[in-house]
Amino acid sequence: MSRTRVLVVAGLLLTPGAAASAEPPPGAASCSGCHPVGANANTPVPRLLGRGAGELTAAMEAFKSGQKPSTVMGRIAKGFTAPEIAAIAEWYAAQH
Amino acid sequence: MLAAMGATAAGLPLPALAQGTGRVLVLGGGFAGATVARTVKAAEPRLKVSLVETNPTFTACPMSNLVIGGWRELSAQQFGYERIRASGIEVAFATATSVDADARRVKLDSGATLAYDRLVVAPGVEINWQGLPGYDEAAAEIMPHAWKAGAQTLLLRRQLEAMEDGGLVVISVPANPFRCPPGPYERASLIANYLKARKPKSKVIILDAKDAFSKQRLFQEAWRQLYPEHLEWVALSNGGKVTSVEPGQLRLTTEFQEYRAAVANVIPPQRAGRLAELAGIADQTGWCPIDPVTFESRRVPHVHVVGDATIAGGMPKSAFSANAQAKVCAAAIVRLLAGEAPARPKLINTCYSLVAPDYGISVAGVYEPVNGVLSEVAGAGGVSPAAAPRAERAAEAAYAEGWFNTITAEVFG
Repeated sequence: MSRTRVLVVAGLLLTPGAAASAEPPPGAASCSGCHPVGANANTPVPRLLGRGAGELTAAMEAFKSGQKPSTVMGRIAKGFTAPEIAAIAEWYAAQH
Repeated sequence: MLAAMGATAAGLPLPALAQGTGRVLVLGGGFAGATVARTVKAAEPRLKVSLVETNPTFTACPMSNLVIGGWRELSAQQFGYERIRASGIEVAFATATSVDADARRVKLDSGATLAYDRLVVAPGVEINWQGLPGYDEAAAEIMPHAWKAGAQTLLLRRQLEAMEDGGLVVISVPANPFRCPPGPYERASLIANYLKARKPKSKVIILDAKDAFSKQRLFQEAWRQLYPEHLEWVALSNGGKVTSVEPGQLRLTTEFQEYRAAVANVIPPQRAGRLAELAGIADQTGWCPIDPVTFESRRVPHVHVVGDATIAGGMPKSAFSANAQAKVCAAAIVRLLAGEAPARPKLINTCYSLVAPDYGISVAGVYEPVNGVLSEVAGAGGVSPAAAPRAERAAEAAYAEGWFNTITAEVFG
């Protein structure tokens, strides 16, 4: 990952100059409080960038239902509807 | 609907600046302000973004309770602004001396005047020195608050280290609202942990102006397990509210009795930082009402407020909230400057507390604007489960540190 990309990603996770169209959907910008977007953060929390939308959606739905055990993600996932989860997943999948 | 909301938020018909032009000025370089600056610049590099901060070194509060007990050094809490500057943001180490909201100009103590199209004020909190009789700035040198990390944190640590075994540590906690609602109880926990290991004849007592607090059941259960001899909580209804202090005597007076402390940590009442008063954005409560879609001030148009200083409905005054609010505010500013209506946001908060260095608990919430107020989404959020296995508490302690590393890398790295 180039330095430029890291800096861009470290902000709103947007592509420069494509403000409104690449804006994260509701809720997505909060995720990077815990899920690292740069290369340099030391954390056990996994990165979301570039993961497949299907994988992210399945994980969120499994957290939401309790099928996938978690500490905090179940409590967070319950605050999002299926379309909101899909939009967040697709947006992260596109940020690679 | 959205367009109407946008126009209302701006207080004026939407001024369609040419795409990518405009000046965004941010006052205050903590988690909230620095995040707004970086997020606006990353989203729309053609905007001129300036950040004004008094202190060239930021000292983070989260995790600073570990510094007090000696598990962590203050340097691990400190961050500079080099990378922020390198990302194309103009950073000035100066202090704003006036805000002219009509002319949209801010004067600095350096003599400079900065014009803006959108001003973001991220003032954090300041101590309300009129809020507790006997507690003034001189008293804080004897009875540290340590509620702004830095010299005060180290003072409290030195006092604890110098205390003889058998001493009484007293923590005074104010009524809501204040920065970091679970923070006093994390601090008491970690001080109890330190005393149990190092000064076992000593004890920490919490004098509280409230009957209920954040993560209360989890804290109290952990205290019963870990610190039955070393920590006591006195609730408001049991006479816990401190009504005055006498620093010379290390005395704290409640409605019922007096306490003589060996170490007194007075967490005093707070209000929005001084920049809020300067900008005229605080109301009679001392805090700043905001539009929850744009974080624009309800009092002054074209001025946005983020972080601990805001009245943010259900969202607590945490660094996570400040960071999440800042990203929403930044996206709204980019849209408003482009003449577009802001999008309806959704925000998350997650707060970790350490009951011991390897024992973490958390509270989380999801928020959205409902009738003009940031409201918690029903059925989501809440605290860590009661009676969880110790491995889960250890995992949350590791997540707490991971969170700190991630958020500080995002904001300052």
